[in-house]
Amino acid sequence: MAGTWVFVEQRDGNIRKVTYEMLSKAKSFGDEVSAVVIGNNVEGLAPEFAKYGADKVYVVEGDVFANYNTGAYVAQLAAMINEFSPNAVLFAHTFNGRDLASRLAQKLEAGLATDAINAEISAGKGVFTRAIYAGKALSKVEVTTSPVLATIRAGVFELAEAAGAGAVVKPAIAATDADVYQTVKDFVVTVSSRPELNEAEVVVSGGRGCKGPEGIKVVEQLADLLGAALGGSRASIDSGWLGHELQVGQTGKVVNPNLYVACGISGAIQHLAGMSSSKFIAAINTDTEAPIFNVADFGVVGDLFKVVPLLCDELKK
Amino acid sequence: MKVLVCVKQTFDTEAKIELKDGKISDAGINLIINPYDEVAVEGAIQLKEKNIATEVVVVSAGSDKAMDTIRTALAMGADRGILVKQDSAADEYQRAVALAEAIKAENPDLILAGHVAADDGSSQVPTRVAEILGLPNVNVITNIEIAGGKATCTSEADGGTQVTEVSIPAVISSQVSWNEPRYPSMKGIMQAKKKPVATVDAAAADAKVKIIELALPAAKTAGIKIEEDPDVAAVKLGDWMKNTVKVEVK
Ligand SMILES: Cc1cc2nc3c(=O)[nH]c(=O)nc-3n(C[C@H](O)[C@H](O)[C@H](O)COP(=O)(O)OP(=O)(O)OC[C@H]3O[C@@H](n4cnc5c(N)ncnc54)[C@H](O)[C@@H]3O)c2cc1C
Repeated sequence: MAGTWVFVEQRDGNIRKVTYEMLSKAKSFGDEVSAVVIGNNVEGLAPEFAKYGADKVYVVEGDVFANYNTGAYVAQLAAMINEFSPNAVLFAHTFNGRDLASRLAQKLEAGLATDAINAEISAGKGVFTRAIYAGKALSKVEVTTSPVLATIRAGVFELAEAAGAGAVVKPAIAATDADVYQTVKDFVVTVSSRPELNEAEVVVSGGRGCKGPEGIKVVEQLADLLGAALGGSRASIDSGWLGHELQVGQTGKVVNPNLYVACGISGAIQHLAGMSSSKFIAAINTDTEAPIFNVADFGVVGDLFKVVPLLCDELKK
Repeated sequence: MKVLVCVKQTFDTEAKIELKDGKISDAGINLIINPYDEVAVEGAIQLKEKNIATEVVVVSAGSDKAMDTIRTALAMGADRGILVKQDSAADEYQRAVALAEAIKAENPDLILAGHVAADDGSSQVPTRVAEILGLPNVNVITNIEIAGGKATCTSEADGGTQVTEVSIPAVISSQVSWNEPRYPSMKGIMQAKKKPVATVDAAAADAKVKIIELALPAAKTAGIKIEEDPDVAAVKLGDWMKNTVKVEVK
């Protein structure tokens, strides 16, 4: 059995941090760790995975893999799993990761634990903790099929550098154009100077208390000062002040930062579902009774229009 | 064109979760249509209103209680329903097998579903169904256009927005921002009672995932709360951010 594989999440050679987080965790299982990178012109990335302990790097290149597409990627991975028999394959719980893992799992008639926040793999047995009911309960599950498949939430595992051999392996190409059933017509990269919500160390969010785009600007200033991702409650998204992809909560993104700053957000249960696992939570709200204060490590009862700019001044000192 | 929508019954998003005998208790819980599936139902009804779809069929795999969820979709405007009777403890593989079996018998031109369920948060079932049926899939869509045997889908992607074209039949899953689901009208609710709902048993399949233990997370407790002049409050909060959280200021 060939240890744990980590599927590399990348677009145009930009590797998602969660890839390294998964490699770091996989290393702790004490078995061989391999990165699997599929794309076009990706061989040059191999040394990056060795830095986080990858003993091997499976490199798969070809035009058919240039854009992520479910069909070709599943065909390739299924063939590789058949040939090399890994114990476990970990994917990032991104949109692509969950799509790929779900379709692959079904092709292999296998189980899959998605959005795992903890993983224990030993002797081919995989046990995962999943946050269900939007984090209101925790479910510990065992994937009883082989290889053990899971998608991992970003930000739950610590990065740990470890030198690995990073030996490049080039498996046979098993996908052809006939496997591609999705035609990507357009991809518009969200241009933002800020980090992405589910990977950010700090998230600063604005709610209905921002009262409009001007209030969001106030919150943005704090976000930029902290190098934070910007987020919002459903109220500020439904009001059109922020894009849908920035919604934090049960029907938005689940974030897991070191610090979450809630500005003018009441703390509805659906919002808390998306951010209450943050390490530190700060809240600024005019209403002393706002439920957000029940989860805040540091709450300021006050007007965000006054407190936030003063806070920016203070932080700059 | 026949559109089939998979719907799941879930707990109200307001629900407080409690454990009883190591299981999640549904006592006193208000059950709703999974919000993501509700958006898929709305999307299907809109396709019918645009004369693209001719029939909207909703399918739910679950207990007898899921009949209420089917009725909700019928009250919104779906034409008929299918309840696939299945144990609520079914895993994603078992669910997908059961749904795919029911879908196969219907031979629809388009299959819609929510991209994730608000309860187990798995986001596997639509993609698994597509694999079983050998159909293309697209996930997390915020718009769809159907023309010339193809579906052109706009979807939320990692780091951007993607437009993907697939031939239909296909399995397509919705993001909540696709549309604003309608409330069933009084007339719709009355009509829904008369719409046909077939009941079938789930196809047999072995579970691939075993639940070992369910637990409640440690409750987050309130920390410091201050109510002071904005300048004093800002200094204290800034101090906490710098010294306790140890933020980096750019
Ligand atoms: C099925 C379903 C799914 C949902 N999913 C989500 C989700 O994913 N994410 C989400 O966020 N919500 C979600 N919601 C909505 C949720 O229930 C709340 O309605 C929403 O979170 C409220 O947003 P808010 O806190 O910004 O607004 P409000 O609840 O209106 O709170 C605004 C707050 O701002 C404060 N305020 C006002 N002025 C100021 C000021 N000058 N300075 C400081 N504070 C001020 C007020 O005291 C108040 O506490 C969902 C709801 C449902 C039914």
